[in-house]
Amino acid sequence: MTPDIPPALLADQFTLRRRPPSEKLVDLGFRQLTLCLASVVALLLLGIFFTVLHGSEEAFHNFGLRFLTTSSWDPVNEQYGALVAIYGTLVSSLLALVIAVPLGLGTAIFITEDLIPLSLREAIGLMVELLAAIPSVVLGLWAIFVMEPAIRPVLDLLNQLLGWTPFFNTVPQGPGMAPAILILVVMVLPIITAISRDALNQVPPELRQGAYGVGTTRWGAIFSVILPSAVSAITGGVMLALGRAMGETMAVTMIIGNSLNFNLSLLSPGNTIASMLANQFGEADGIQVSALMYAALILMVLTFAVNVFAQWIVRRLSLRY
Amino acid sequence: MTTSLQEQMSSRTAQAGTCMSLQDVTISYGKFEAVKNVFMDIPCGKVTAFIGPSGCGKSTVLRALNRMNDLIPGCGLKGRVVFDGYDLYDKRIDPVEVRRRIGMVFQKPNPFPKTIYENIAFGARINGYKGDMDELVERSLRKAAVWDECKDKLKQSGLALSGGQQQRLCIARAIATEPEVILMDEPCSALDPISTLKIEETMHELKRSYTIIIVTHNMQQAVRVSDMTAFFNAEAVEGGTGKVGYLVEYNDTEQIFNAPGQKATQDYVSGRFG
Ligand SMILES: Nc1ncnc2c1ncn2[C@@H]1O[C@H](COP(=O)(O)OP(=O)(O)OP(=O)(O)O)[C@@H](O)[C@H]1O
Ligand SMILES: [Mg+2]
Repeated sequence: MTPDIPPALLADQFTLRRRPPSEKLVDLGFRQLTLCLASVVALLLLGIFFTVLHGSEEAFHNFGLRFLTTSSWDPVNEQYGALVAIYGTLVSSLLALVIAVPLGLGTAIFITEDLIPLSLREAIGLMVELLAAIPSVVLGLWAIFVMEPAIRPVLDLLNQLLGWTPFFNTVPQGPGMAPAILILVVMVLPIITAISRDALNQVPPELRQGAYGVGTTRWGAIFSVILPSAVSAITGGVMLALGRAMGETMAVTMIIGNSLNFNLSLLSPGNTIASMLANQFGEADGIQVSALMYAALILMVLTFAVNVFAQWIVRRLSLRY
Repeated sequence: MTTSLQEQMSSRTAQAGTCMSLQDVTISYGKFEAVKNVFMDIPCGKVTAFIGPSGCGKSTVLRALNRMNDLIPGCGLKGRVVFDGYDLYDKRIDPVEVRRRIGMVFQKPNPFPKTIYENIAFGARINGYKGDMDELVERSLRKAAVWDECKDKLKQSGLALSGGQQQRLCIARAIATEPEVILMDEPCSALDPISTLKIEETMHELKRSYTIIIVTHNMQQAVRVSDMTAFFNAEAVEGGTGKVGYLVEYNDTEQIFNAPGQKATQDYVSGRFG
């Protein structure tokens, strides 16, 4: 037992019961500082938005909304339409997600459930994260020299079997939308996996116990309780991945074929807004710059719209459960 | 476990025989033995209370009764837990089926992130309920003394309730699946006296058809609701890493509180513990 200290003396040992003014000042200063830092981010976004908006004004006056629905890209006659790039951006990123979400979510479930020993799960998780560390130019090279030749037979088969649909009616020859989609899958997979894994790990164990307590199976618990309670965080991760896929430039430029002709087929060369900007900005002048700015504006608006849509979906989902 | 066995089971419930029998049960977390050598016969159609100081292994034993400890990595059990003529820890027993027949209310409220209605309907559906779901939801919420607070927001999230309301929702969720045995881990620790009394009334009503096992720190509650009481205690052992829990005394509640056989029990129930 410690010797008894008189209460008065004990109270004296707490010297910070009254906060000195200097400390309050520091508090206030810290608040202002974080406010400044937060506004810098917001201002940066606004700045970029208005620069792009201003730059695209000329093209908007000339081409109007026709820009979205025409596919001629003709610097000689100064006629521009971004349909090829818009179609390519939307289709490549959405299809990449369609493949990557089940794959990433499945991996995340697998490495958060105790189906295999912990060390093995950690190894798989680490490997997926390392995938994110590969520079995109390396992935692009890999796509050109390794992946595309390797999947060519599969694409040929698709062409033979499904050639009657407009989406597979061209003979695959080298770069094209399909390999670009696959390389996007590789690039967004680590984001989806890592964020879903963290989201699933955040689900309180009590919830899982509750689910088992009413007699669910493991799969019942995962699909009816654990996934729904992680759904907003997972959707956030998917949106991040979609943003990455829509804006990804290097690897996609290297493998997509940069075609300026509109073609529905996934097996033919295509283009995306980001890859078109990267290819043309250097040599562009006059109204072509403005047209590229216009395309960039569309990309920003698309990303924004997708985000708003996702928020709406999350809200709908969380209401249902 | 087949339906015919289930029928046998319910006929046995009426005879008030032994519902669950713990035979030399020792439960350990990794190398640490949390509770040792528990022998206990829990009667059918009665309320059995587990009492004892914090950390003596009441929750651990309770969770062992519907294989909830399976979820804790490294948790192992030696001995036998016999229910309905089977050892629950036999290799051939499906833990999912065990939990459908032995429901549970947890120490911390854990409603699903679904609507209040779905919280109840979910478990019922899993157990293959074919009747009127609206009616079941209302009946369960009423039994758990939370209907009045919930009836206007059945379509809202269960998480939007207060802590005590959430706990009663979880009790309703457990009742709704109509298990044969209900395990309750301090179900009333977050409740006000009025709701507590309502829950206790529900227990009295439920024990006509079910067996209830409840962990409680509230001596009056144990006296009010239980027919049998088990007093657990923990003591440090030589060479052990922590205190090991064990069953001190198990008897009729009246006996435990009025004429306990052990001095430790006497000290605990009269508040002279520690
Ligand atoms: N998940 C776990 N992992 C490791 N040890 C555990 C775990 N859960 C409980 N224990 C240990 O087992 C012993 C018994 O714990 P238990 O939760 O059964 O006690 P309790 O009697 O329910 O206490 P309380 O009245 O505070 O709820 C404690 O010493 C505790 O440290
Ligand atoms: Mg406990």
